[in-house]
Amino acid sequence: MTPFLVVFALFIVTPLVYSMYLSLFRNQLMGGTTFAGFANYVTAFTDPKLWDGMGRVGLFLVVQVPIMLGIALIAALAIDSGRLHGKSFFRVALFLPYAVPGVVAVLMWGFMYDDRLGLTGSVNDLVGFPLIDPYTKQWILTAIGNIVTWEFVGYNMLILYAALRTVPLEIYEAAAIDGANQFRIVRSIKIPAVRGALVIATIFSIIGSFQLFNEPTILKQIEPALISTYYTPNIYAYNLSFVGNQVSYAATVAIVMGVITAIVAYVVQLRGTRREI
Amino acid sequence: MAGYSYHRPRKSITLTVLLGALLIYSVLPLTWMLFSVTKTQPELLSSFGLWFSGDFAFFDNVRDVLTHDDGVFLKWFANTLVYVVVGAGGATVLATAAGYGLAKYRFRGRNAVFAVILGAIAVPGTALAVPTFLLFSQWGLTNTMWAVILPSLVSPFGLYLMWVFSAEAVPTEILEAARVDGSGEWRTFFTISLRLLAPGIVTVALFAIVATWNNYFLPLIMLNDPDLYPLVLGLYQWLADASGIGAQPVFNLVITGSFLTIVPIVVVFLVLQRYWQSGLSAGSVKA
Repeated sequence: MTPFLVVFALFIVTPLVYSMYLSLFRNQLMGGTTFAGFANYVTAFTDPKLWDGMGRVGLFLVVQVPIMLGIALIAALAIDSGRLHGKSFFRVALFLPYAVPGVVAVLMWGFMYDDRLGLTGSVNDLVGFPLIDPYTKQWILTAIGNIVTWEFVGYNMLILYAALRTVPLEIYEAAAIDGANQFRIVRSIKIPAVRGALVIATIFSIIGSFQLFNEPTILKQIEPALISTYYTPNIYAYNLSFVGNQVSYAATVAIVMGVITAIVAYVVQLRGTRREI
Repeated sequence: MAGYSYHRPRKSITLTVLLGALLIYSVLPLTWMLFSVTKTQPELLSSFGLWFSGDFAFFDNVRDVLTHDDGVFLKWFANTLVYVVVGAGGATVLATAAGYGLAKYRFRGRNAVFAVILGAIAVPGTALAVPTFLLFSQWGLTNTMWAVILPSLVSPFGLYLMWVFSAEAVPTEILEAARVDGSGEWRTFFTISLRLLAPGIVTVALFAIVATWNNYFLPLIMLNDPDLYPLVLGLYQWLADASGIGAQPVFNLVITGSFLTIVPIVVVFLVLQRYWQSGLSAGSVKA
């Protein structure tokens, strides 16, 4: 217990407190670092670049998370139903992308998106006109959403599947004797059984969406023009501190983002657990 | 539904086909990669992605990856092993001890500790990354292996998993019986609890290994010496080299390097998954 708490205090609590401390100062090219009170926070709330990124991850969250969790839930229900041929094969193969490093996942999709190296070129040749072109302003966020979905759908499927496995078989037998059909069983037994797991999966996905960084950063190497230095709040904070040397303001952006994440996650948890009663 | 039994439902073709589509989606990029590692650089740019083309260049590509830049890939591989063994290994030990302690011992402030740790799961990595970097640079730790290892020792999620698992898998009565028989706490832990916790530990270890092997953000900010890079950061470096203006195109290196990077983690994953799947179903039998 104690060693964990020591490490925890050193590498989570200390940086967190330090980050709050930093956010109260101002870095200037001339005159060094001065105390600024809450000025950074005032700046942050009216910073169009921050809100541009925030809007983008918000949109991402509202569209990508339900799609991913919906597919994960259907897959978990299908595997749990016992009506699949080769279900353990499906379970392993669908989870496999989770083990693939994010960098490699983006590399693979990034190349496949490319119309020279990849498959979109082949598809477009086949239909005779540029049907899909992920590297355009309208499509790039969808392209990122696809990569994230690919990486995490199996992971979420597994969380939901584990929850389904805790339902005792007798309950299904009783329901079958009472004449409940498959859809009725899914609606009245299985969905309520996974509600807790679904809330957890949703919260993790929300946190992940707000932190979006790796996928756009790596795609930027392939297609630099499409992804700005403030594409997501996380990328913005990174560029502020490591490119712009605005460490204090970067800390402020990170804290604002952390607080918003916590609020959204908390609301989801409240709603999720209330419906459980 | 005559003769219907929940233990042996009829197999459904429709459902299998539906999930088959999802399966194709899951393995499509990996299949593309399997074909691509066999191609030379020019074939890569000109041929259809999902079939062989030109000479079978897989072994040439592997040789190029391993010898490029004086074998820097092997160095990255060794670095990654260090990060995984020390970082993920340490994280698993710490999470197991702490999760077990939280689940099985009552002490003052236990609930507060738990609440704080759960809260920590929600703290965005980047909110920590910048201040951690600054702290580490004051302590002289940036651009050393410790900068990557130390932060990966904390796994609030692993602790949470171990806490839930310990509460379920180790009955308090057994611990009390052992105490009555005069067994010390350490001995009880190593002879009884550890065995019961094994599936949980494997699960936590698996997630920790995957997380460290794939860790990109932390090394990205902490390291600037390529000799300390883990594999994924090295690959990122090669990608930057390959797509920069006027760069030499080394896409075959990037792709074959990626392939060699995922092979070990996929193998570990497949070997370990037998254990944690048994852990999962053990939980469901009990319920």
